[in-house]
Amino acid sequence: MSARNSATRTIRGEKNLQDITTAHPDGIGGSPLRPDGTLKVRGEFAYSSDLWHEDMLWGMALRSPHAHARILSIDTTEALTQPGVYAVMTHEDIPGSKYYGLEIQDQPALAFGKVRYHGEAVAIVAADHPETARRALAKIKVEYEVLAPITTEEHCQNPETFGYVHEPEEYRGHASGNVVHSQKVVSGLGVNDDVRAMADVVVVGEYEVGMQDQAFLGPESGLAVPAEDGGIDLYIATQWLHVDRQQVAPVLGLPENKVRLTLAGVGGAFGGREDLSMQIHACLLAQRTGKPVKIVYSREESFFGHVHRHPAKMRYEHGATRDGRLVYMDARIVLDGGAYASASPAVVGNASSLSVGPYEVPNVNVLAIAYYSNNPSCGAMRGFGAVQACFAYETQLDRLAAELGMDPVELRQLNAVSQGSHLPTGQVIDAPAPVAELLQKVKDLPLPPPLDTEHHLDIRELPGALSNTSHGEGIVRGVGYAVGLKNVGFSEGFDDYSTARVRLEVIGGEPVAMVHTAMAEVGQGGVTVHGQIARTELGVEQVTIHPANTEVGSAGSTSASRQTYMTGGAVKLAAEAVRNELFNLGRSRYGWTYNDLSLIGGKVVSASAGVLISMVDLLGDQAIDLTREHHHRPTVPFDKETGQGFGHVQYTFCAHRAVVDVDVELGLVKVVELAAAQDVGKALNPLSVIGQIQGGSTQGLGLAVMEEIITKDGKVRNPSFTDYLIPTILDTPPQPVEIMELADPNAPYGLRGVGEAPTLSSTPAIVSAIRAATGLALNRVPVRPEHITGT
Amino acid sequence: MRVTFNANGRPVEADDVWEGESLLFMLRERLGLPGSKNACEQGECGSCTVYLDGSPVCSCLVAAGQVQDREVRTVEGLADDENGLDPVQQAFIDAGAVQCGFCTPGLLVQTHDLLEREPQPSDSDIREALSGNLCRCTGYEKIMDAVRLASARKCSSNSSEVSQ
Ligand code: FES
Ligand code: FES
Repeated sequence: MSARNSATRTIRGEKNLQDITTAHPDGIGGSPLRPDGTLKVRGEFAYSSDLWHEDMLWGMALRSPHAHARILSIDTTEALTQPGVYAVMTHEDIPGSKYYGLEIQDQPALAFGKVRYHGEAVAIVAADHPETARRALAKIKVEYEVLAPITTEEHCQNPETFGYVHEPEEYRGHASGNVVHSQKVVSGLGVNDDVRAMADVVVVGEYEVGMQDQAFLGPESGLAVPAEDGGIDLYIATQWLHVDRQQVAPVLGLPENKVRLTLAGVGGAFGGREDLSMQIHACLLAQRTGKPVKIVYSREESFFGHVHRHPAKMRYEHGATRDGRLVYMDARIVLDGGAYASASPAVVGNASSLSVGPYEVPNVNVLAIAYYSNNPSCGAMRGFGAVQACFAYETQLDRLAAELGMDPVELRQLNAVSQGSHLPTGQVIDAPAPVAELLQKVKDLPLPPPLDTEHHLDIRELPGALSNTSHGEGIVRGVGYAVGLKNVGFSEGFDDYSTARVRLEVIGGEPVAMVHTAMAEVGQGGVTVHGQIARTELGVEQVTIHPANTEVGSAGSTSASRQTYMTGGAVKLAAEAVRNELFNLGRSRYGWTYNDLSLIGGKVVSASAGVLISMVDLLGDQAIDLTREHHHRPTVPFDKETGQGFGHVQYTFCAHRAVVDVDVELGLVKVVELAAAQDVGKALNPLSVIGQIQGGSTQGLGLAVMEEIITKDGKVRNPSFTDYLIPTILDTPPQPVEIMELADPNAPYGLRGVGEAPTLSSTPAIVSAIRAATGLALNRVPVRPEHITGT
Repeated sequence: MRVTFNANGRPVEADDVWEGESLLFMLRERLGLPGSKNACEQGECGSCTVYLDGSPVCSCLVAAGQVQDREVRTVEGLADDENGLDPVQQAFIDAGAVQCGFCTPGLLVQTHDLLEREPQPSDSDIREALSGNLCRCTGYEKIMDAVRLASARKCSSNSSEVSQ
């Protein structure tokens, strides 16, 4: 037996690291239960933090207390002599490349020369107990020369005065100065005085979005096991196994095939696991010590260990005719990318190309730009550059409606895109785009009953809830609407294909389909959908989900709302290929000439001749095992100067209506109801689709009224769930959901990616409702009590 | 130090426990009971909720040594038998209340306790009882559904037992 197999065998809690088989009649369109649900409710599902290996060590990182400093020296001698400490490593001990990164390889695996953000990893240790590791970290002496942090837009724009985050000779990609990436979009006549003169009404606003954290509950963690062949087996919670491997292997100085990744249980992701966290560190320590190494971040470390949503400063200007037609939009979107590039270039691409929202605007001029700074690195989070813009353009639309004396929903409907509309990138929306209908759907839902403090007072339903801050006095209700525009899949010419392997064989007298992909199941329910697709295409009940690993080709990332579209599409292709192979088997064996074959209920059926044979009899002891890749239609990069190009794979739309009660004296907000309507093309699993919409909407609620990472001079002030608040069940209202299913002819089953769109419009809808209740401008999220009370 | 106590109805013993270890760490890393989760380890998320002598507690806030000779019941011990599921567990699966599932063990214990105390809670009762349990995936709607479902099922099975 290879070292690898024996290592796998001794990992505790491995049930989900093995095949999971479930039987169910439901194919797509049904809501069969999750194959991993039973393990999860029994506490037997092995998350990456649950893994355990005999002889395992604990890894831990020493992090910079400064946002910007030169490292003068690192002394590890004393730490190394601590009993129970097996290794202490700095950048000097890295066998391969010292850098990694998703889009631009600019991030050191361990800092050298300089630290560029508060919490950057400087050294790592492996020890026999987490406490031993912690104490060893305290013995590492790092001498810093503290530098002035580059933290504001003004700093970033003036490197001659305030300095460079990266030395100019180190810039990679399109980065230069302190700019990571920028993108312009110009369409129609652009925006100039002549265009401005065509508008009867102009609204200009400046908007700000704070830095939001993904706050997935399962901390970054994993287990690296050294293998006899000199390679490493890494059990990890991530969003994309293959891109992790692509970044880890060069740092270890290993070829990719010596770094094998298996997905461990993932406790949520939301973009925060797109970048590496502890992967390289655990592998380096395992390589160095020859022992399995587990790293589990604490919640505090997690706040430093992953990138966040880009905070944004935006200036938007809209011009419209008196009857409400948009004439032009001018927008400048400035994103703080933080110390390292992460996904900033793609976020800029999204922010610029989606900056107009789901509206037809004939003349557009946009600049989106991301800076480097000594603030925490920012990258992917659900909504990916479209969230920030949506807050700005939806606030603008509300203000424009007020200016015109129009109903805000009607103004949106009047300007809404539909199938055939041109976006400012020149891309034509070639699939249904029911924006006006979605708005109508949320508008038509019955409103929740008014607050009745006379007859029924439950303070748990009021702003302030159990804090007992009000018994109904000072509470004002407001209603607000918003809608958003999001893309699905990777854009700008990137071929983010997915691979799936499907195997059909008879086990225990029944046909069983096995689905093997490298898709990261992060909670979204992709494994459920894969089973449904296999059942639909192969007419079986029993489906086995193989653990996700790098033995099969890439499945791309579990992000960009793309997995059901892309890997689901790959499973469909592979299953169809298996089905054809099975038919060919019958044709060659029995001389069938039918062209009307299908697989139903475990049998081969001809529409004209009825049941031909059972799959069990046809297959015998033969297995059909085929792998297919699914590529979406090609896209192209946006032109650097004009932003023109067929840049996105698919568009998706969600609308919200928010109802809030505001305690105007204390500035407390209670969201009373948050209704959503979304076109999903085809709901492969309606239960999961609704769960995605409600979960995404709730993250938007968090951004609207509570969630923000606070930094001061680059230092993070609130890295805990005590100080960074996410919505609790008391903060979260009932959320009626209306689903539309207008098929996209380009997508498998007509489906549309679901996960992100609801995160966009939830935030501006809630803030719009707060404005309706208070009459305040509220140009910044999250809205804090002091913004409402003015104190 | 050595800690002996009762976990899910079985006597257990952990050796070489460091004084600073939490009950959560001891369960997860020393006793092979990783079901209780470690989302914050500072009493803010509820993912580590277990019964201690019949009351739900955040096991990350309980020192390992404090449970000497006491009864601990974790998510692994919620079901009556090895292969079955408690009605609360079944309801969470059926209602779609489990996405990533990291919050689930804590929510199950907390919900189990709620329904023991109050078999037919109002929505506000549910929200109040579960307000210490964070979930980042679901937006809580399906969790509300799951608790309502578990309550309805428990009540109907209790009433059919009574009528028999
Ligand atoms: S882990 Fe105990 S409350 Fe969060
Ligand atoms: S299901 Fe992921 S945190 Fe609740």
